[in-house]
Amino acid sequence: MKAFSKLFQKIEQTTSTNAKVKALVEFFEEAPDPDKIWAIALFTHRRPKRTVSTTFLRLWAAELANIPDWLFENSYHIVGDLAETIALVLPVNKVSVDKPLAQWITEIAALKNEPEEVKKEYIIEAWNALDKNQRFLFNKLITGGFRVGISQRLITKALSKYLEVDDSKIAHRLMGDWSPFDISFQDLMVSEDFKDNISRPYPFYLAYSVEKELEDLHPVEEWSAEWKWDGIRGQFIYRENEVFIWSRGEELVTDRFPELHTIPNGLEYDFVIDGEILAFYEGQPMNFQHLQKRIGRKSVGKKLIKDVPVVFMVYDLIEYKGEDIRQLPLKERRSLLNQLVKESNSENLILSEQVEFTEWSELRALIEEARARKTEGFMLKNLHSPYRDGRKKGDWWKWKVDPFTIDAVMIYAQRGHGRRANLFTDFTFALWDGDRLVTFAKAYSGLTDVEFQELSRFVRKNTIERFGPVHSVKADLVFELAFEGIQESKRHKSGIALRFPRILRWRKDKKASEANTLADIKTLLD
Amino acid sequence: MAKLLEHNDKGIYCEVADVYIDPWKAVKKAFITHAHADHARPGSSEYVCVDASKNIIKHRLSTQNVSSIPFGETLSVNGVKFSFHPAGHIIGSAQIRVEYKGEVWVVSGDYKTEKDHLSGEFAPLKCNTFITECTFGLPVFNWRPQAEIFSDINEWWAKNYADKKISFVSAYSLGKAQRVISGLDASIGKIYCHAAVENINEIVRDSGFNIQKTFRLDPDVPRKELEGAMIVAPPGFMNSNFISKLKNVDLASASGWMNLRGARRRRSVDRGFVLSDHADWTGLLDTINATEAEKILVTHGYVNVFSKYLQEQGYDASILETEYEGDEVELESTADESV
Ligand SMILES: [Zn+2]
Ligand SMILES: [Zn+2]
Repeated sequence: MKAFSKLFQKIEQTTSTNAKVKALVEFFEEAPDPDKIWAIALFTHRRPKRTVSTTFLRLWAAELANIPDWLFENSYHIVGDLAETIALVLPVNKVSVDKPLAQWITEIAALKNEPEEVKKEYIIEAWNALDKNQRFLFNKLITGGFRVGISQRLITKALSKYLEVDDSKIAHRLMGDWSPFDISFQDLMVSEDFKDNISRPYPFYLAYSVEKELEDLHPVEEWSAEWKWDGIRGQFIYRENEVFIWSRGEELVTDRFPELHTIPNGLEYDFVIDGEILAFYEGQPMNFQHLQKRIGRKSVGKKLIKDVPVVFMVYDLIEYKGEDIRQLPLKERRSLLNQLVKESNSENLILSEQVEFTEWSELRALIEEARARKTEGFMLKNLHSPYRDGRKKGDWWKWKVDPFTIDAVMIYAQRGHGRRANLFTDFTFALWDGDRLVTFAKAYSGLTDVEFQELSRFVRKNTIERFGPVHSVKADLVFELAFEGIQESKRHKSGIALRFPRILRWRKDKKASEANTLADIKTLLD
Repeated sequence: MAKLLEHNDKGIYCEVADVYIDPWKAVKKAFITHAHADHARPGSSEYVCVDASKNIIKHRLSTQNVSSIPFGETLSVNGVKFSFHPAGHIIGSAQIRVEYKGEVWVVSGDYKTEKDHLSGEFAPLKCNTFITECTFGLPVFNWRPQAEIFSDINEWWAKNYADKKISFVSAYSLGKAQRVISGLDASIGKIYCHAAVENINEIVRDSGFNIQKTFRLDPDVPRKELEGAMIVAPPGFMNSNFISKLKNVDLASASGWMNLRGARRRRSVDRGFVLSDHADWTGLLDTINATEAEKILVTHGYVNVFSKYLQEQGYDASILETEYEGDEVELESTADESV
């Protein structure tokens, strides 16, 4: 684990991409194969199943640190990360052992069915033999969530350098459902025939928000525009008569959408298509909130399928008749896709139409209809573009409609974490309902540091009551909030829930009485 | 009977002597623990501090109405005996001991228990009531010895020197900056200081402290000359044009907060050196125990958590509310943007 810990620190101690890649390459050059594949798995958010509950970890850590449980919990709240809190409160280790990363993981996995005392003894012995940094990583092996400054792209780059293989090949190999418990580093990254895994998806091509004038995208004839549907981006795979559906979050969701299994509809060749899983009722897309009901469940009942049927709104074709066609220009991929959709003739496969336009001004007028059409705006794609992997600038752009906005009163504030513990960073907002204020959204971010400090001063001076870290505050300040969507919600007092609420600006020009009402925001529901 | 020290809307007040300690509003007579902005505020008619702090307070508050006494000496005001004792926090930082009719109160100001070359050696004082800071009053804050931290800093600098990179350490200009400088190995390269830091360096040198040779960072300095050098500057300067235009610079921050990953990431520095001028968890608890105080008042920091823990440990502890708004780094991060 020392080598892995050193790698982790090197990565954390630099903001330079090159230095991170270099550190990874150096690690790959030295590490045994099992450690390599585990490092890759951890950095790409594939973690072993938890075998020790975090409740126990907290209790044991508090015990070993000789502090009361409540103090441990408070510290955890302030640090914001359990693995780190444990690593920090424990006394300095007196002995030290070094085992390979893969061995630690295997040992932790083997604890699964052991009684509590055995687990406890193992964990405490490990804590006592690891330094602060290694302890942190050891805890992460149990609790998961390696949020480190490494993107999929960075690890891909490092592997491509180390193995001297093109990065798009590496990116593809890293996709899908694999676990170091079942596959070796050689088989995953190096072996010639890796097609054995028929469920393996391709990396999604992701777009940035359009940042220039539309007119800079020229000539205009080379661009296509499609509505940006508000569902779940997905990849539909049909290989060897089997269907696999992946969400953009690289989660296999095949079983959640049984009605999509009929899409191949007799087609006799393998294909992979990219599109949007969309709740769709009687020829019309439904609001995203309906789809949410289906995302939450692993198995779906008949009633739910009847109430919230889904379709696959298809954007692109990336594998055709068993061949990877990502390098073909979009125009050609789309014409093959047209043909595929026709041949399948499945009612659950709908082609995302390309909007006809000859000048950008036409789209500017049309985007006004985006919300009425239950879309988020447009996707603009260059017709010559290949299907790239990851987020790349230039060929594809997303163009979202402006968010909804509303003026609301801040009435609760919560302290931040870490060194921001002296500042208030999380706020709850309310709207008027008669002469009452009803809370309807929580939001943070969107203010400058100076504004946060000013706001914190206000909270301190105008606190009415404290509930732990939460302060109720005199209803005085008005903020303009932005949000992407609104839906009815039984769980909230206000009866509504917002998508992605955030603070847009502090309306110092408005008094609390001038904030919007609950009735105002409800007019946005439809 | 009224308490010897009371807290009101202006600060910690001694009614018998009509004296405030570290007041946050303008008062007649202010005793100052140290020159940081959250303790020494401008506008009062008269300031009293320890000798080592005098010139710095004059500079920071732009006032001449500052008198001082040496560490350990007593100043009586209407029968109340005031004295200053090293707090180990920064140059000239003091705990203030207040004695009246046999009753002793101590106001810690900010303090650090580990000894450095500049700040004087902290020692706990026996008292009846101890007003203690608790900036790092959580069990997650335990410092490694400063010698280890300085060797990390120098190792980092030496590596950057070899790579022809500039090393940049952000440290608040009074205290942390001088402490960092005193730990730097000048055989590695040249040390440049931001004007805010260099101004303090000069005052401190004039007051007889030995701070090694540093160069004032001139905005027109040829960038080539900075290769391999060390720049010490306040946190706000990190986002300046000067720094963001440099290509070959490695950024670091020296602060107790760097103990937390979240803080390092928010600052987006390459390196976070855990170097604090405050007592850590163990330092606070050991000090409180050593004062043998019957009553503990906590201020500055995680006051709720810390006082609750002390109560559980059997202390008569409570919170002293202040208008404290953040640590030194935060207060400085919005200032000092230019060279
Ligand atoms: Zn201070
Ligand atoms: Zn302070």
